[in-house]
Amino acid sequence: MSTAYDEATEGKVYSVNGADWDEVVGAVRDADDERLVINMGPQHPSTHGVLRLVLTLDGETVTEARGVIGYLHTGIEKNMEYRTWTQGTTFVTRMDYLSPIFNETAYCLGVEKLLGIEDRIPDRAQAIRVMMMELNRIASHLVAMGTFGMELGATTPFLFGYRDREMIMDLFEYITGLRMNHAYVRPGGVSVDLPAGAVDKVGEFLKEMPKRIKDIRKLLDENPVFVGRTKDVAYLDLTGCMALGITGPILRSAGLPWDLRKSQPYCGYETYDFDVPTERGCDVYSRYLVRMQEMEESLKIVEQALDRIAGPLKGDPVMIEDKKIGWPAQLALGPDGFGNSPDHIAHIMGSSMEALIHHFKLVTEGFRVPAGQVYVPIESPKGELGAHVISDGGTKPYRFHFREPSFNNLQAFPAMAEGGQVADVIAAVASIDPVMGGVDR
Amino acid sequence: MTSPDNLPEVPDAEVPEVAQTPVTEPPVVRRGMFGVQDSGDTSGYGGLVVRRAPQLSTPRPYGGYFDEIVDGLGLDDAIERVVVDRGELTLHVRRERLVEVCQKLRDDPALRFELSLGVSGVHYPHLAGEELHSVIHLCSLTHNRRVRVETSCPDADPHIPSTVGVYPANDWHEREAYDFFGIVFDGHPGLTRIMMPDDWDGHPQRKDYPLGGIPVEYRGATIPAPDQRRSYS
Repeated sequence: MSTAYDEATEGKVYSVNGADWDEVVGAVRDADDERLVINMGPQHPSTHGVLRLVLTLDGETVTEARGVIGYLHTGIEKNMEYRTWTQGTTFVTRMDYLSPIFNETAYCLGVEKLLGIEDRIPDRAQAIRVMMMELNRIASHLVAMGTFGMELGATTPFLFGYRDREMIMDLFEYITGLRMNHAYVRPGGVSVDLPAGAVDKVGEFLKEMPKRIKDIRKLLDENPVFVGRTKDVAYLDLTGCMALGITGPILRSAGLPWDLRKSQPYCGYETYDFDVPTERGCDVYSRYLVRMQEMEESLKIVEQALDRIAGPLKGDPVMIEDKKIGWPAQLALGPDGFGNSPDHIAHIMGSSMEALIHHFKLVTEGFRVPAGQVYVPIESPKGELGAHVISDGGTKPYRFHFREPSFNNLQAFPAMAEGGQVADVIAAVASIDPVMGGVDR
Repeated sequence: MTSPDNLPEVPDAEVPEVAQTPVTEPPVVRRGMFGVQDSGDTSGYGGLVVRRAPQLSTPRPYGGYFDEIVDGLGLDDAIERVVVDRGELTLHVRRERLVEVCQKLRDDPALRFELSLGVSGVHYPHLAGEELHSVIHLCSLTHNRRVRVETSCPDADPHIPSTVGVYPANDWHEREAYDFFGIVFDGHPGLTRIMMPDDWDGHPQRKDYPLGGIPVEYRGATIPAPDQRRSYS
């Protein structure tokens, strides 16, 4: 145990190292200062990754709270300035790693808007994007609600949440080849069409999932301990949400049905039939209810998208028919377990020198994007995910900035936690559902 | 005989409805293809001249609801130029009037841009006198509209007034732009680094921030930093 040298400015400082509790308790017993500043994180299990919270406590009451971030900063935005436009998807998918499809889609919509090709994206590609996004939304909410239950002392919802998310992970692995970090959505469409049997697998999932959601709701909706820990906790009303730029489930838990899928639709969301659930409680419990209802709405959208993919859009292309942008090969699973395209290889290696040159140019150099800047927002599970894309006319982005909902929403945590109990801090942070990969990028 | 596949695609949807007039003659940004300086370029691209994209400035009318926003704002002397591109409205605002413009955009019942979606810094080292840009995206939930407010400051005097007083949401976003670009937001309640460690030198997302190469174990050789490599650009 040690005391700091600048006690005059900071007050008495106690550093706790673990084996010196007697000394600490002895020193604190005689102190007349009731204020206690503690560090929560950056490695605390309930802070959703490496988030550090600095709390000033008066007894059990939090009088001041501050969030410290940046422990997971990886410089994704800077890195992308030295990669081609196509390679960018592999970076953005790693930002908010629980909703990779949303990152990829926001990125690709931005690039497509700069290219001016929004109207030429095939409908099948858009329907696949919508289906994948909504599956991803369910997976993200399942993690959010599962960890949520665990942090408040209920471990069964956690096991249920991860078990059910595993079904979506399996679907993603089957369709994209990877459980996470898919790089599946590409400028111009999606990287590869659904493999044989994918429609059936998603169909089975749609039959099973409503029951699973009901199971979690049975555990939590009326659970007296859960309701006691969440109702009227971490209150943030509409005024606070607006001032702090809060979007997504937190905003909808304050009663405003603002959802970009309805208000500023993209990827054809205006043609799907679904509702925007809202609650009026402004508290943690309302945010929980909003997310659970959103999962049910997402299932409706997945079902409609699947009907289109299996029905009217069957056999349509999934990549823009512009040879200057669309990837030349349509990969399929080869006997070695990797993506392969024997026909395309035979074409470029055996019959057409020009096709080989074209393939080489497009893959190594990439395509050029006309100069300008755009901002494309989409509704991610956490709120408005915006891609601010600037091109100088080259083969790489000039500047890429992501308006990450987790980053913005985490600002609201002091407003939710200050004046409450220290135990409610956990509930407040959990209800924001921050993913540090997205916050820090 | 050139097959139609090899002709450059001319997208028609992307052309803005309004004619754009370049403010200045765009300077040459690059000659040749691969940045070759020291030896002859045998690639056939040696004579290539690439000019920088012209700076846009859109004359009235802007089309759609954009006219209503600019007219409703009524602060034409605070706006350096207006750009309408790809269906988005950008107001380039003088930095000393930024807070006033934001206040009016938020509070005027006809404008009501309640929601700020944060600040995005951009570094344009080639724009002398306005190297650093701070871009704020605003959204009006009442009218379902969007606008982009862009402010610039010279690198020698990197100060832009803080908009936290109008939009508290910009707190962390301005700290991020300060951390990565060195833009000092005057009046910010606590302008400290947010992503990088507090004792970090430099602002990493600036274009002039030195990038590291990778040493390889062959007679002291180094893989050059990404911006030093030969590449298409």
